[in-house]
Amino acid sequence: MIDRRLIQNFDWVLLFCVLLLTASGLLNLYSGLSTVGGVKKAMFYSQVHSLMFGYLLLFVAILFDYSHLERGSALIFGLCLVLLVAVLIFGRSAGGSRRWLALGKLVFQPSEIMKLGLIFFLAKYLAQGVPKGGLRLRELAVPAALAVAAMALVVRQPDLGTTFLFLLIAGSMLIFAGVHTQALILLSGLGLSFMPIVFFFLKDYQKERILTLFDPGRDPLGAGYHLIQSKIAVGSGGFWGKGFLKGTQSHLKFLPEHHTDFIFSLLAEEWGFVGGVVVLALFYLLIISCLNIARRARDPFGSFVAVGVAAMVFWQVFINIGMVLGLLPVVGIPLPLISFGGSSATVTLLGLGLVLNIGMRKFIFCRK
Amino acid sequence: MKPFDLFGAGELEEQKRKYSRIATILAVVFFILLLRLWDLQINRGGEFAFLSENNRIRFDDIPPPRGLILNRYGELLVGNWAAFNLAIIPEDVKDPKAVAKTLSGLVGLDETEILDKLASAKKRGLPRFLPVVIHPYMDWEEMVMVETRRYELPGVVVMTEPKRSYPQGKFASHLLGYLGEVSESELDTDMFDSYKVGELVGKSGAERFMEPMLRGIRGGVQKEVDAAGRRRKVLSSVDPVPGKDVYLTLDSKLQKTAQQALAGKYGAVVAMDVNNGDILALASGPTFDQEKFVRGFSPEEWKSLINDKSHPLQNRAVQGQYPPGSVFKVVIAAAALELGVATPQRSTVCTGEYRLGRRVYRCWRKKGHGRMNLRQAIVQSCDVYFYRLAEDLGVDAIAQYARKFGLGEPTGFPLAKEAPGLVPTKSWKLRRFGTPWMKGETLNTGIGQGFVLTTPIQIAVMCGALATGRVVRPRVVSKVYSPRGGEEVMPVVPSRPLGISEKTLTFMRDALVGVVNGLRGTGWRARIPGFTVAGKTGTAQVVSGVSEEGDEEVSFEMRDHALFVAYGPAESPEVVVACVIEHGGHGGTAAAPVVREVLKAYLKTRRAKEKT
Repeated sequence: MIDRRLIQNFDWVLLFCVLLLTASGLLNLYSGLSTVGGVKKAMFYSQVHSLMFGYLLLFVAILFDYSHLERGSALIFGLCLVLLVAVLIFGRSAGGSRRWLALGKLVFQPSEIMKLGLIFFLAKYLAQGVPKGGLRLRELAVPAALAVAAMALVVRQPDLGTTFLFLLIAGSMLIFAGVHTQALILLSGLGLSFMPIVFFFLKDYQKERILTLFDPGRDPLGAGYHLIQSKIAVGSGGFWGKGFLKGTQSHLKFLPEHHTDFIFSLLAEEWGFVGGVVVLALFYLLIISCLNIARRARDPFGSFVAVGVAAMVFWQVFINIGMVLGLLPVVGIPLPLISFGGSSATVTLLGLGLVLNIGMRKFIFCRK
Repeated sequence: MKPFDLFGAGELEEQKRKYSRIATILAVVFFILLLRLWDLQINRGGEFAFLSENNRIRFDDIPPPRGLILNRYGELLVGNWAAFNLAIIPEDVKDPKAVAKTLSGLVGLDETEILDKLASAKKRGLPRFLPVVIHPYMDWEEMVMVETRRYELPGVVVMTEPKRSYPQGKFASHLLGYLGEVSESELDTDMFDSYKVGELVGKSGAERFMEPMLRGIRGGVQKEVDAAGRRRKVLSSVDPVPGKDVYLTLDSKLQKTAQQALAGKYGAVVAMDVNNGDILALASGPTFDQEKFVRGFSPEEWKSLINDKSHPLQNRAVQGQYPPGSVFKVVIAAAALELGVATPQRSTVCTGEYRLGRRVYRCWRKKGHGRMNLRQAIVQSCDVYFYRLAEDLGVDAIAQYARKFGLGEPTGFPLAKEAPGLVPTKSWKLRRFGTPWMKGETLNTGIGQGFVLTTPIQIAVMCGALATGRVVRPRVVSKVYSPRGGEEVMPVVPSRPLGISEKTLTFMRDALVGVVNGLRGTGWRARIPGFTVAGKTGTAQVVSGVSEEGDEEVSFEMRDHALFVAYGPAESPEVVVACVIEHGGHGGTAAAPVVREVLKAYLKTRRAKEKT
């Protein structure tokens, strides 16, 4: 099953980026979970276990030929939809939203798995072929309808960040495949005109988050609080940073959620500009590697999956770091491979495993 | 659709251009992030470093006042007080020696003592911005002295810390419970999601089981502090939401009487309203001092408390499991009457022993009781009569009736992890030991010995059921009062019918009146003039054979447990009291007087209430 060529074509750079990012993520999480009273060990170990499980999935995802995946992609998408419905019915709630499903001891977030489900489904759909001049409204109807179905289920949890991410992933893949100019203009016009209406329907705290982006002093204790504290944390890191476990902003509990969505500000505080640049560079390299694999893939399906995974990682990195640096409004989107959260870590590792798989098999054609 | 042609001539060029476009966009986006990072960390790094180092915006928690615990009349049982702790923030002290010197003049502390405490905090590696407590529980005068000279003492702070107070003294310790720091294993559970390391939580009793009500919601204050850590201005604050007050069904007078009667003894007393299950008093001995949990234990004190063989932290009233002894005869007699195994007229001659095969089972009265009918057998607690009834009934029929009386399962007492007791059956023994049930074991069960186990609260519920014909669920929390949102009355859980005929119950009640008031009744020590008490004694053997006469010489651990349970007034029952005295000897001698004291206290408060 494992050909010599497979090893030759293995993208070691991508794996290297993944390993370095998860390692620095763990180091950083250890600091994030340590408070004056001690380290919250249970959470740290649970993340270690998730990563180990994620690497196992990554390894398994390399072994088989991904053409099997293409055949099963509709089924996978369907299963993900069922899981999302199940979350709304049986899901566990925490912090006001219902996002987790529990199977015995295993607790996971189906919306994370749906990210991959959506990518597979769209990749298969687009691999059937794209007309010259790009997709027209007629061909966009099916993927749009199913993507909207997935989004509608996630927005009910409610998880606005992930819903928005689905939109970005699907949009990126469709635009990459090529959308007809007329359809593109029509859809973006439609989207823009809907914006004020969407703003109207947002909850007050969500509006507040968008408005504080322009004026952080609006509500320094509420929505602006995260932003100010995050900026102070990042800025006070300086060039070399304050050093491991020495970030005062985060450890003095100025910065809430510094182990989940605001993990990057802790990193920038403790490791400084140097650390921030290294992590940014690793992410850049990782995304470029995915795109390289997409470009050289043996078939359109592989190429679209790799583009989808690249988009998934890119948008999360961009939104999360943009938010931490005060460039984007506060949205609950984790930093892949770095933030605390088992489902996000395992799903990202699984997705990257598949990209490695696609890269390895660029010259190996199988009969369809 | 035109098929996707990856390697078509024109397509290849187009693909290449597409990818290079994406790469450019990516590079631009990452460059923007990089620029921003540079702007924040290098360009404006000094400014933010200043903000983080010198002009910190601090976010401090404001702990919510914990809810009070009160009794049925609204008298305070557990309250709050503010402890003043003198602390030093090492970071803000320039000259520790000078500060220590000034402080030693103000409070009763040595200069070296203060410096030692600072040094040990440094040794433990605590961050320098954290206050180090050097003098907990200052009195008011000391606090004023320090506060007035604050400006000569940079880095010295007076922190207030909410503490529990117990205005009634050592009172209902097991029922009220105590607080302790939240443990690591608790922090990992969902219930303690919002707790922080070091926070105080209820560890037992009402404090623990009413924790979600009592706790309240934390508030916070965001403030700007200067380089010395002094507050410059409050930017914003969120008030804490105080915890809810919990009203218990306890009657303090009854509780105190029960505790006094138990003083120096091992055992438990439960007093309960027979009609609705309200717990009026619940005492367990030996007890412990809640105040100790507030001020803290020394390691030795804690060790001796935990290793104490008499388990003072255990709530014996609901967690202590005892063989019921002759108290169990109530169940046997009721079962026998209901199933037609006995009639009030049927009599047996007690010669002091009962033969089963080659074994001899003895009555507690060696020379025998003579001819006994059922009522006499109950009143004088004749064992031989009940060996016979038990043999005729069989253990499974006994178990069926014991369960009707609520034995063998938790009564539903809400403020503790209750012990279930044990009602043996044939199948239970096979499951548990893998050996079949023996007939002799049925005889032992007939007098409440052998495998059968009960808790004092179960005995109270059982006797209450006989008095009213209904099995109640004990209630301890009567209502919860929220300072912000009014009160919430805890409903009385509907009682279930006992399922025993009125004819049988009438006979049994009359027999229990006889136990206390009749000729040769074993419970005569519980007699109260003008108030008809009905009850049953029990003496549970700890080691078989030693209970016979002359047990004064028997060592303490081998002496029998004394039990007594009674309700009154017999004509229209209001209250039931159960008492177990470990190694107390005879139930009638050791336990009945305790029950009598509690019943008298009940009568006294009732009369006082009738007057007003």
